Amino acid sequence: MASEVEKKAVFDIDSAKEVVQELRASFVAGKTKDYEWRRTQLKAMLKMMDENEPQIVAALRDDLSKPELESSIHEIAMLKNSCKLALKKMKHWVMPEKAKTSLATFPSSAEIVSEPLGVVLVISAWNYPLLLSLDPVIGAIAAGNAIVLKPSEISPATASLLAKLVANYMDSSCIKVVEGAVPETTALLEQKWDKIMYTGNGRIGRIVMAAAAKHLTPVVLELGGKCPVIVDSGINLQVATRRIIAGKWGCNNGQACISPDYIITTKDYAVELVDSFKCELERFYGKNPLESKDLSRVVNSNHFARLLKLLDEGKVSSKIVYGGERDKSNLKIAPTILLDVPQDSLIMNEEIFGPLLPIITIDKVEDSFDLINSGTKPLAAYMFTNNKKLKEKFVEKVSAGGLVINDTTVHLAEPTLPFGGVGDSGMGAYHGKFSFDTFSHKKAVLYRSFAGDAPLRYPPYTNGKLRLLKALLGGSILGIIRALMGWSKA
Amino acid sequence: MLSSMEKSIAELRETFKNGGTKSISWRKSQLKALLQLINQNEDSIFKALDQDLGKSPVESYRDEVGVLKKSVTYTLSCLEKWVAPKKAEVPLLFFPAKAEVMPQPLGVVLIFSSWNFPFTLALDPLIGAISAGNTVLLKPSDLAPACMSFLVETIPKYLDNKAVKVLAGGADIGERLLQLKWDKIFFTGSPRVGRLVMAAAAKHLTPVTLELGGKSPAIVDTLSTTPSKAKVTAKRIVGGKWGPCTGQACIAIDYVLVEEKLASTLIELLKKTIKRFYGENIKSLKNISRIVNKHQFQRLVNLLKDPNVADSIVYGGSVDEEKLVIEPTILLDPPLDSEIMSEEIFGPLLPIITLKNIEESIDFINSKSNPLVIYAFTEDDTFKKRILSETSSGTVTFNDSMVQFLCDSLPFGGVGQSGFGRYHGKYSFDTFSHEKSIMHRGFYPEIEPRYPPWTDFKLLFLKLAYQFDYFGLILLLLGFKRS
Repeated sequence: MASEVEKKAVFDIDSAKEVVQELRASFVAGKTKDYEWRRTQLKAMLKMMDENEPQIVAALRDDLSKPELESSIHEIAMLKNSCKLALKKMKHWVMPEKAKTSLATFPSSAEIVSEPLGVVLVISAWNYPLLLSLDPVIGAIAAGNAIVLKPSEISPATASLLAKLVANYMDSSCIKVVEGAVPETTALLEQKWDKIMYTGNGRIGRIVMAAAAKHLTPVVLELGGKCPVIVDSGINLQVATRRIIAGKWGCNNGQACISPDYIITTKDYAVELVDSFKCELERFYGKNPLESKDLSRVVNSNHFARLLKLLDEGKVSSKIVYGGERDKSNLKIAPTILLDVPQDSLIMNEEIFGPLLPIITIDKVEDSFDLINSGTKPLAAYMFTNNKKLKEKFVEKVSAGGLVINDTTVHLAEPTLPFGGVGDSGMGAYHGKFSFDTFSHKKAVLYRSFAGDAPLRYPPYTNGKLRLLKALLGGSILGIIRALMGWSKA
Repeated sequence: MLSSMEKSIAELRETFKNGGTKSISWRKSQLKALLQLINQNEDSIFKALDQDLGKSPVESYRDEVGVLKKSVTYTLSCLEKWVAPKKAEVPLLFFPAKAEVMPQPLGVVLIFSSWNFPFTLALDPLIGAISAGNTVLLKPSDLAPACMSFLVETIPKYLDNKAVKVLAGGADIGERLLQLKWDKIFFTGSPRVGRLVMAAAAKHLTPVTLELGGKSPAIVDTLSTTPSKAKVTAKRIVGGKWGPCTGQACIAIDYVLVEEKLASTLIELLKKTIKRFYGENIKSLKNISRIVNKHQFQRLVNLLKDPNVADSIVYGGSVDEEKLVIEPTILLDPPLDSEIMSEEIFGPLLPIITLKNIEESIDFINSKSNPLVIYAFTEDDTFKKRILSETSSGTVTFNDSMVQFLCDSLPFGGVGQSGFGRYHGKYSFDTFSHEKSIMHRGFYPEIEPRYPPWTDFKLLFLKLAYQFDYFGLILLLLGFKRS
């Protein structure tokens, strides 16, 4: 699957080395550490988005047939907010944090200083090619790093637009975009980075981490998983259905890491739920959803074939209760709902990442927690219920990157919440200050004075010193006084 | 057919799955049991440390027993606070909504500890893992065999066997453990093995914390102040080099940087201090650990084999192969490309590198990979600021050595080749937790513009909403803004 990249010189291991060398020189020269430089870059990014919104929307339409509203809101507006937040809060984020000191190190003062890691690599994904490229870059800039951004070749129009815009608006001696596919990414991964952030799937995540291991490079992996939605009865079904639809087909037609992957509901409630979906889906996308302009397409023929394989599997195709239509030439699959697919079907054993929504039924809502926990930990889990006890159980029992109750996907827009996975859905987190932190080293600093040099630290080691040490480390003033008095006798 | 190792791990997973480690009362009971273990076995611990490393009880208390007691006590007093979810601010737009971050255990964790502080480096991470509600497999280093045996025999007597296990063995056991899937791996050791651990973890997407090492320098800029400060500096350097396990410590001072003109003063002070602390010569050596084994002994002796290096010895240099002792040794300006100046020394050899101007120490340190600690003895505030902003290390300690280890509120960990991740105090709890984001929403009010079919009005509404332009939103809704 070669990408349609403009014919440039081949980007190989030597090119990658050169890029890193150049960025390291810039970093060492202190360019990116400079506070004003960081502000200028973030402002330039804002300007870049303000002045190029139509081009960005067009590129996203090219790559994904993304509706203008999704591009404007989920990509551009989110990024602008992220940028503005960093600009507003950076002066607080860069300040050292005071740390408490205890009797054991008295007299002393301590603080934690944030410093940039150095030269970082951001590898982003194709489904939100602008957001997942620039949001990490915002954090990396705010933290004072030099950056290489490797956008996904599966969204080539956005990748080359990014390369062009970043070169025009931002400081190329410190921030570079490298386009390409597997060979270019491999060349980049051979280099020594101070941090790598990867957004994508678990298979490549393993490759990235293994490459990072050679250089002891810390990584953030934003992966995926099967994000379940538990639907209880006794709720406002219309609102719940709409929110699930918004999170599923409203997010790049289900091609989002936090899209609802499948639904779990009770056998009793399933029919009502399916009816509600049918009603709302038609209201949103019309009778011929294949023709709706408000749905992204499937990104390419590989994924199209992959999704059809899930849909057309014998034991699954008979379970379709809504949708199932496909248009190969336009890479479109209609919003499709399936009811009670077998647990061992393909569709229930890989992340769907598309417009197919299986509904699994169980006897009691409580059974859903064990069902979810029997699989790998997802990036997000959702539950619609008004039952306080169930909410508490859900929060306590289900392990996922993030949870939302009575909605889907909105936690992504909340910068005070760390956004990241756990287990197979990833490691590390970002958004808001967490982005700044993830690209920083938090350096511990202890200031000591020359006064108060306790002889008990040093040899010759005596029993008296042992007594005093015990008291000092035990932190009790009385103990120390007693030991001191005892020691002065010894 | 599961091996006994796999059975053990299956049991740990089962215990975790059944919620055996979740309750705060379980965690507290384990921590209290650990404290009891330490209190009731102090003498055995001293004996094991003496056997493996020749540590004196005072050094053992200061660096191992006391540190652990302090750590458990601190954790017990803070646990309820740490476990509580933290509220996160939610903007008006999401009203009514509640957001919080809740720490959760990762699951089954693997801890590899090192031989130089065989108790601290095994049990301090264990404290973090238990406090965060995980089940644990602890693999102590077999290079400190008496300590390892002690842990294998004693931990099952005090802690919950279904949740905390200790496995004896060498590198082969370590390799087998790394093939399995863990929810976290915590490793203390060398960068070489750190790479292997991380590569193995990558196969299972297991997050890791690597506490490695490096060449931790001491910059000395205070000798020209008062004599008493100079004396204290010397004591703290000596204490920071030979005090911890005779230099076999990741945070021991590896080498010293000082201005040429002060080098001889420094060396004289160091000599005096060494004699006072440790004795006049190798025959009368006391209050100091020994080298852990023949392999390390040979490695250190080999560092001195280079004739240019041997020539630079200005104090010490004697070795006793039978007792595995190398006396405190000072070298003055060994060649910068010698192995002793490119590898982490991890032993009782102290190179002193002279510079024309102490400010050059910054470039010198930056020419090497990021150390775990930079020690700087200076009272010049401008210089301090330069060191902080122009060098990178896990920690910086001004005017002392080693004591940052005792500070529970400071994160302890490396950067670059000295490692990543951190622990101590709450950082231990955090390193073994997943911070789960939780957002609670109400069904009302509903924001229609969230849903298709898309219109220009909805687009404008959402744009204003995302800018948190509440006034603009009101205008739009009242019809005063055109889409």
